Amino acid sequence: MHEMSLMESVIEIVCDTARQNGAIRVKSVRLDVGVLSHVEPDALMFCYEAVRHGTIADEATLEINRIAGEGWCLDCGKTVALEERFGACPDCGRHRVQMTAGDELKIRDMEVS
Amino acid sequence: MCTVCGCGISSIEGHKHEEGGHGHSHDHHHDHDHDDHHHGDGGHDHHHAADCSMHYGNGIAGVNVPGMRQERIIQVERHILSKNDAYAQENRRYFERQGIFALNFVSSPGSGKTSLLVRAISDLKDRLTISVIEGDQQTSNDAARIRETGARAIQINTGKGCHLDAHMVGHAAEDLALEPGSALFIENVGNLVCPAAFDLGEAHKVVVLSVTEGEDKPLKYPNMFAAADLMVLNKADLLPHLDFNVGLCIANALRVNPRLQTLTVSARTGEGMEAFYAWLEASAAHQAA
Repeated sequence: MHEMSLMESVIEIVCDTARQNGAIRVKSVRLDVGVLSHVEPDALMFCYEAVRHGTIADEATLEINRIAGEGWCLDCGKTVALEERFGACPDCGRHRVQMTAGDELKIRDMEVS
Repeated sequence: MCTVCGCGISSIEGHKHEEGGHGHSHDHHHDHDHDDHHHGDGGHDHHHAADCSMHYGNGIAGVNVPGMRQERIIQVERHILSKNDAYAQENRRYFERQGIFALNFVSSPGSGKTSLLVRAISDLKDRLTISVIEGDQQTSNDAARIRETGARAIQINTGKGCHLDAHMVGHAAEDLALEPGSALFIENVGNLVCPAAFDLGEAHKVVVLSVTEGEDKPLKYPNMFAAADLMVLNKADLLPHLDFNVGLCIANALRVNPRLQTLTVSARTGEGMEAFYAWLEASAAHQAA
């Protein structure tokens, strides 16, 4: 359940950033989470509900923007879709694919008032 | 609230937290580089804050009228683990300055991490000073086992936590008063998922897998095997009694991480341990160079 630690970290960064910007409430938070990253969005949502209480983000909605997996196939010399972290190239079937997207775990932006 | 170290739910043995705050005697500096800002491409004015940027006129309302309130969108663009990573960088700098070679041992529970460490400490007694940070949810049994070898050890109990983070390790390393030029073995919480995400400032992650587990563990838990630099396949003395295919296991691990180095050992009989020590000394020398 490292999703709990991750969401505590999200709330901490969000609240600090809001205060630094003179905001009194956080209305929404948007995350970029790659489909090949090590976290489960449902678990993130669940943990978010638990950790936002008592903060200036306790009514903020959470939007998780999923980033599709992509990789550079060394054999085809092009960007291909990647279904799993060490998956094969969908065109040539070989495993010489370097992941270029889908590993994101980032707070993108937030809406404050 | 200290959400990184989870003070209040975790305890570092011998380390006191003052009521309601941190009685730590060292500072963690949070110097982050923010060269990954993205600014909207409109021609409007935007104001910069220390670690994020504010775009007036780029919000929900899309206008900027003086004196009129609007919801504001703050571009954050920060990695969720950025706080942990900042602590990890600080630990790494400290280890490098002191010439301390730090390894982060990760595995599922029961793979024989502690036995491996006990064996290594005893065998290397005359060659290398080794201190240990033990991570477990509860009990200080493992630290006690390490101390029986004469090595310094500190136990971190993570409480409900499933992994060590860089903040806990920074405090534990400080409490251990590590000798310059020594080695630090960090035994993470037995868990093949969560510790993969948390950089502790170590030189290398070492994943320990035992032959009583399945050959397909690297495929089932790819993040951990991708994050590691060395895989130690332990309990090799049991191989005659099992149907475990060592070649297949290593092939699976290499599929997940082509750069992974692999060793097969038995911490019980000592088989293959010299190869591990050779790796250890070569890697430590490489870091020192």
